[in-house]
Amino acid sequence: MSKLDAKIPEGQLETKWTKFKSSVPLVNPANKRSLEIIIVGSGLAGSAAAASLAELGYKVKVFCFQDSPRRAHSIAAQGGINAAKNYQNDGDSVYRLFYDTIKGGDYRAREANVHRLAEVSGNIIDQCVAQGVPFAREYGGLLSNRSFGGTQVQRTFYAAGQTGQQLLLGAYSSLERQIGMGAVQMFSRHEMLDIVNVDGVCRGIIARDLVTGKLERHFGHAVLLCSGGYGNVFYLSTNAMGSNVTAAWKAHKQGAFFGNPCYTQIHPTCIPVSGDHQSKLTLMSESLRNDGRIWVPKQKDDQRKPIDIPEEERDYYLERRYPAFGNLVPRDVASRAAKERCDAGYGVGSSKMAVYLDFTFNMDRYGKIEVTKHNIHNADAATIRKLGKEVVKEKYGNLFDMYKQITGEDPYEMPMRIYPAVHYTMGGLWVDYNLMTTVPGLYALGEANFSDHGANRLGASALMQGLADGYFVIPYTIGSYLSNEIRTKAISTDHEAFVVAENKVKESINKLLTINGTKSVDHFHKRLGKIMWDKCGMARNEKGLKEAIEEIKSLRTEFWKDVRVTGTADEFNPELEKAGRVADFIELGELMCVDALTRNESCGGHFREEYQTEEGEALRDDVNFAFVSAWEYKGEGNFELHKEELKYENIKIAARSYK
Amino acid sequence: MSGNMNLTLKVWRQKNTKTNGELVDYKVNEISPDMSFLEMFDVLNEKLITEGKDPIAFDHDCREGICGMCSMHINGRPHGPLQGVTTCQLHMRSFKDGDTIVVEPWRAQAFPVIKDLAVNRSAFDRIIAAGGYVSINTGNAQDANNLPISKDNADEAFAAAACIGCGACVAACKNASAMLFVSAKVSQLSLLPQGQPEKQSRVINMVAQMDAEGFGSCTNTGACEAECPKGISLSNIARMNREFIGAELGSEKY
Ligand SMILES: Cc1cc2nc3c(=O)[nH]c(=O)nc-3n(C[C@H](O)[C@H](O)[C@H](O)COP(=O)(O)OP(=O)(O)OC[C@H]3O[C@@H](n4cnc5c(N)ncnc54)[C@H](O)[C@@H]3O)c2cc1C
Ligand code: SF4
Ligand code: FES
Repeated sequence: MSKLDAKIPEGQLETKWTKFKSSVPLVNPANKRSLEIIIVGSGLAGSAAAASLAELGYKVKVFCFQDSPRRAHSIAAQGGINAAKNYQNDGDSVYRLFYDTIKGGDYRAREANVHRLAEVSGNIIDQCVAQGVPFAREYGGLLSNRSFGGTQVQRTFYAAGQTGQQLLLGAYSSLERQIGMGAVQMFSRHEMLDIVNVDGVCRGIIARDLVTGKLERHFGHAVLLCSGGYGNVFYLSTNAMGSNVTAAWKAHKQGAFFGNPCYTQIHPTCIPVSGDHQSKLTLMSESLRNDGRIWVPKQKDDQRKPIDIPEEERDYYLERRYPAFGNLVPRDVASRAAKERCDAGYGVGSSKMAVYLDFTFNMDRYGKIEVTKHNIHNADAATIRKLGKEVVKEKYGNLFDMYKQITGEDPYEMPMRIYPAVHYTMGGLWVDYNLMTTVPGLYALGEANFSDHGANRLGASALMQGLADGYFVIPYTIGSYLSNEIRTKAISTDHEAFVVAENKVKESINKLLTINGTKSVDHFHKRLGKIMWDKCGMARNEKGLKEAIEEIKSLRTEFWKDVRVTGTADEFNPELEKAGRVADFIELGELMCVDALTRNESCGGHFREEYQTEEGEALRDDVNFAFVSAWEYKGEGNFELHKEELKYENIKIAARSYK
Repeated sequence: MSGNMNLTLKVWRQKNTKTNGELVDYKVNEISPDMSFLEMFDVLNEKLITEGKDPIAFDHDCREGICGMCSMHINGRPHGPLQGVTTCQLHMRSFKDGDTIVVEPWRAQAFPVIKDLAVNRSAFDRIIAAGGYVSINTGNAQDANNLPISKDNADEAFAAAACIGCGACVAACKNASAMLFVSAKVSQLSLLPQGQPEKQSRVINMVAQMDAEGFGSCTNTGACEAECPKGISLSNIARMNREFIGAELGSEKY
């Protein structure tokens, strides 16, 4: 039945990757110079791959839609990056990182991929430090670590609250070095609008120069999609405004299977929506849950200010429900618990869709430690609080400032109001062990692929995965394909396949511009987001999903009849860019609902209300659903399911418990 | 949730690099103080689209002050009236009902206008490509903790590395100098042991590229530091000048 071959190497889990590396066919340096690789995306995955492949001697072209490769959304990652270095001597190991990631993913990821990820994690830190990435350090001059949810060791490396920025600037500097040397050709402000297949093999792309509007054809012996996640299908998310699914979706429509589209990560601590004008949501790092306690009033619709509500009238619901992990339960669990309280009517703030994240308890605790440290006798409550505030400021100052800037409230005085928001997509293009999609020659790296995180991603592991894919995996795995390509001459972009592909893109652009309807692109995007959030968000059920599929179908029809896209095709036209992206989001939204409807279980970020325990915990079904869903596109609104069975040979599958 | 502020905007409209631009007046009503400055522009654009007019083009992406894409010159100041804040993190509560707000693109010869408020900043990328890196190929690195770095140096390098490449420093400078941007990268790498082997060639090549791009010279007025949303310090410029002189003399000592 299945057309899927994950190409996982034979042998012991621990030796698969090493053996693979020493037996993969190589391409000699002279041949590399005539092999061309196209990379779509310049985030961690794309920049790292581009620099590494150019260093090896391949001819590389990189595309991104921002004005500079340095602005890819990886730049916004705050908290940190995991690596099994065991610098803290706290018992970490490659196996432990592997185990935590599989368990955190609710046993829905591939063992061999995750083990490889854990194996190369240490090299990533070495590479970044060598580039000059200024990670946080201890006074002794060595690297510092912090801890993140779902683990019991300290393995997260960080650069204040700007880890993604520093890692990306490191990868970007390596990329710019190759650009300077002429080994990489960079195409900023370019958007890939389709892939070009010749005889069933991916041979290039069609891209639009976003400044002039001109369509361009580019040939490559291989094409790497490193185009990021699709969280913006929900309209509101922590993703950047331009983050989109277009590259992956166009590839999907040309034969690349889409893996686990319904696995979405809703992050528990984000600044809540403040009004209809809202264009995006802002994350408050997971690290805050180390020192913040989450609560709602015990009384419904309590109008008092949080500081006036006495201790015994507060419900610290995470500590109540999950005494073992308390405020540090994994993201999916924390998010659902917040939703449960708000749906039951205990939410706070003007919208009633928020809970408190309160630092006073720990501010006082730190204050007391400071008082002891400084031998202050008979300190009053105000002094203790003041000293404690200083400690919290040192740890989270930039996040507190950001919160204040956005909400106008001072979190040192008032608890933060937070609510879950869409943050990350575990789903993406299905890839084999080599990171190749089901279209030969077409690869997917970073958040754009489905691999490694199963049904729920642990904090600080996306940066790790993006860089692992780019620096350490693809330079090897692409060899097994390109070593057979050395005789393939560059295909002329006058080839019919390129002409046809370009015409198709041109037609769809013209169609968007000539509908000349009455409603803006954003109007449709917002409506799609609402359907997705209400019916395919934190909790899903059969009835809602079926309704959502119908609503999305009619939204699609309406979009293609009534959208108004201003301007022309041959100019800088951000509305046109948005329109194309929203058109693709609408189609993806339908597939996400179809996938969620098919998966009759709850696991990780996918919670089906019908499948829960009496206490409201997720109920996984390992007998019937221990597989990856890989969807094949069969024409508009028509998708065929292929299953990749997940075999656990090294880890014993068990129910997750955080009680 | 609509609000109660009514504002007049004077916005720079320019069709493309080749045409001339002009300030055009717009009214926006019922603006909420909780909106960000860019969300206020979203409201205006939505209105323009419904009226069948061309919406205003402006650069933005992350909308959380880190990607460096947003770039509006607001009432004569890059990123507007607040210090240490990018355009996307500026909120309407910083304005009053009835205000008139003038919004223009970055102005610099090296940053040509693409359309309306969007400019071309690729000169910055070319400066980095000229030397803003450590020449280390993937796979060549030693174990990270084999290279202890004092916390003070690491922190100072981090402070310089926090630059988001927005170009506000150039827009703030009467000579459109890029010294603050360039010196931030030079400083980051020269404060770290990894940056030492290429210390001299780096500063010479990056400065040469900066000049070739048509950025003006630095006259130490400090407008760049005052407008930089990430608090990049003028001391970086001093450090770069020392390095440059040292490198030109071909000496390690300065
Ligand atoms: C606010 C926030 C905080 C986060 N914090 C953390 C953290 O602390 N730790 C962690 O591990 N993870 C974190 N993550 C997740 C992590 O940052 C991302 O998953 C990761 O950076 C994605 O990298 P990427 O290279 O796959 O894609 P991106 O960095 O998103 O890059 C996508 C690239 O593709 C290009 N592109 C897209 N479509 C096209 C197209 N059609 N044509 C041309 N170019 C295109 C874009 O221009 C861009 O260059 C965070 C995410 C967010 C949103
Ligand atoms: S130095 Fe400051 S103002 Fe200049 S580009 Fe960097 S962050 Fe922007
Ligand atoms: S939009 Fe990214 S910094 Fe403003």
